Amino acid sequence: MNLKTFMRGIHLREEKELAEKSAIRRVFPEGEMVFPLSQHIGAPARPLVAPGDQVRMGQMIAEPAGPISAAICSSVSGKVKAVEPRLTVSGEYKEAVVIENDGLYTPVDGFGEPRDYQSLSREAILSIIRDAGIVGMGGAGFPTAVKLSPENFEQVDFLIINAAECEPYLTSDHRLMLERPDELLGGIRVMLRLLPNARAVIGIEDNKPDAVKLLSEKCSGDPKISVQPLKTKYPQGGERMLIHAVTGRDINASMLPAAAGCVVQNVATAVAVYNAVCRSTPLITRVMTISGDGVSTPCNLEVSIGVSHRQVMEAAGGLKGDPEKLISGGPMMGTALYTLDIPVQKTSASILALLHDPVAANPSTPCIHCGRCVAACPERLVPQMMQVAADHDDFETFEKLHGMECIECGCCTAVCPAHRTLTQSFKYGKASVNRLRREAKAKAGEKA
Amino acid sequence: MNMLNVSVSPHLRSETGTPSIMRDVAFALLPACIFGVYNNGWRAAVIIALCVLTAVLTEFLFEKLLRRPVTVTDWSAVVTGMILAVNLPASVPFWMPVMGAVFAILVVKQLFGGLGQNFMNPALAARCFLLISFTSEMTNFVYDGVAGATPLSALKAGESVDLVQMFLGTHGGCIGETSVLAILAGAGYLLVKKVISIRIPGLYILSTLLFAVVLNLVTGMGMPGWEYLLAQLMGGGLLIGAFFMATDYVTSPVTPMGQVVYALLLGFLTALFRVVGKSAEGVSYAIIISNIVVPLIERATVPAAFGLKRKGGAKA
Repeated sequence: MNLKTFMRGIHLREEKELAEKSAIRRVFPEGEMVFPLSQHIGAPARPLVAPGDQVRMGQMIAEPAGPISAAICSSVSGKVKAVEPRLTVSGEYKEAVVIENDGLYTPVDGFGEPRDYQSLSREAILSIIRDAGIVGMGGAGFPTAVKLSPENFEQVDFLIINAAECEPYLTSDHRLMLERPDELLGGIRVMLRLLPNARAVIGIEDNKPDAVKLLSEKCSGDPKISVQPLKTKYPQGGERMLIHAVTGRDINASMLPAAAGCVVQNVATAVAVYNAVCRSTPLITRVMTISGDGVSTPCNLEVSIGVSHRQVMEAAGGLKGDPEKLISGGPMMGTALYTLDIPVQKTSASILALLHDPVAANPSTPCIHCGRCVAACPERLVPQMMQVAADHDDFETFEKLHGMECIECGCCTAVCPAHRTLTQSFKYGKASVNRLRREAKAKAGEKA
Repeated sequence: MNMLNVSVSPHLRSETGTPSIMRDVAFALLPACIFGVYNNGWRAAVIIALCVLTAVLTEFLFEKLLRRPVTVTDWSAVVTGMILAVNLPASVPFWMPVMGAVFAILVVKQLFGGLGQNFMNPALAARCFLLISFTSEMTNFVYDGVAGATPLSALKAGESVDLVQMFLGTHGGCIGETSVLAILAGAGYLLVKKVISIRIPGLYILSTLLFAVVLNLVTGMGMPGWEYLLAQLMGGGLLIGAFFMATDYVTSPVTPMGQVVYALLLGFLTALFRVVGKSAEGVSYAIIISNIVVPLIERATVPAAFGLKRKGGAKA
């Protein structure tokens, strides 16, 4: 196979064998459903319902509140209990619509009806995607309609489908490719209609040879879609690394992929686009991987957005043993959880339960200056020097060392023999620089 | 249920730790040490033991007295002791390795903040301290009961040397520096285990030979022959210095370009000291002088991040 990749990065134990053979199983929720108004990048959605209202499955319960924002649709039918702050995966309380599920799943009119995308205009397709509340489901949650309509959409020559799934444990995109290849390719064709001069490349890590084979066969007759096997290496699915691997073009933190003629969408997002445009079904479910040595039955579940993590974990047979750590997302970039009583969001790719927490077992020791972090960094940064700057609040030096280019992939931290919390320092450094920039801007505004 | 651990991502950690790296380095130094004992007799064994024990004990006592966490289990003091020992002649009085190890750990390492904070290789700084203070003892190489010249000083005096003997190491010199075979065995282990990369030692060795040729030509000594270059390669501390001391993490640059600059500087200084200087040897001085400029080299060689064009170094 003609494998493509990027420079540096690291090899991780994949741990995908735990769940990769488990077919996607649909799980229906019970009781209270929680829909945070902010589960995407951009302005929180504006609620369209009030306590006491009756809602149906697929109904828009919150609308986009600005150009970069996303709608939210109810995944169940039932009665709105409250619009109030609720605990979310980030650990913050965020405004959310709470709906009591009546268990009937009464759909809105026209729900699930087939639709021919070829008869639709570009604007009509974009508006369907927007109203369906679709956001990047790989983790970032950037509104998909915005991503698909860059100013220079006619110059975009690559639609890259991110099927790398480079995080250990995660298998949901792999299962989607194997079980719903036609939906995936359908979603790609819809998106290609929005990007008239683009061809689509599905980038898949070579640890998923069955998916490479199946999709290669399926798209062999389509000159505009091809499969590109990628070397299995973390973070192959990082947007900048993927663009480099597929096209050889490099972008930095201040550029959008469209500046390099690329639009990147992940597998689950492409499937969601197909469902919204061709099946009149907004984004109300997603596939999650429930895995780790602390899970009774590692599996891939299609769950309703808004259901609690606790119900999802129970559907996987519950916890096994006494896990030390629960993670929403992958082990490299996911968020550690202290409770399962939080709702599943559009970006919730997985729940992992680990019996042993390597972070607690390996406290930080002094840096020995070995340079493994430099050799690992896919962004060609010098993490060792950046941490000294960030930890001393020397943000000027942090910026000069290109600290703002850090993608927080965690490679440096995962290879550090002194087990230093480098990524943590960089999150702090980046947030501090952004705060200082905002303050400087506000000050300049006052003067003017 | 346990209390759950919550921490910032990533949630994975390397299975390689500082102690396992240091242990690998200590292990890789064993062939040179064992050969040193074979070549020099029991005095060498006593000197190695004194260096290691004093280094570990000094670190332990210092940290106990200052009520700091005791770090002797990370093996770094053991490595410092071993590196000092392989750089001493077997004929030195026994108080000298003790004094050197105390200087290395107390003054160069702990007073500057402990592991990772020393700006010079502690063992080499101690060796240079002893070399300056007790020059005659430190340059007195007794072999087979006779005081004689090392191959490099013989070479400098214009005498011929036995290259096979140099490869095997059966001649006078510091305890661990004589046997090319033993040093390469240890170096190979470190390369295979990926504890070190070939970049610094490879470039250092090549550039030493290159600059030796250049300096011979510039100073009017004419083009040196193969025997001269092979003797320069195998003689003195070049190989053990290149693989075990120039690669010391703490005192070498982390930036890839910085490592290149550092290795070239080492090569230039070593050749300069050996060819133009009065002494036949110059590896130790070359390394500790280059150690001092490492922070400057690093600042000037910060690479441009992915997707950015390089425009000068970060002026940190």
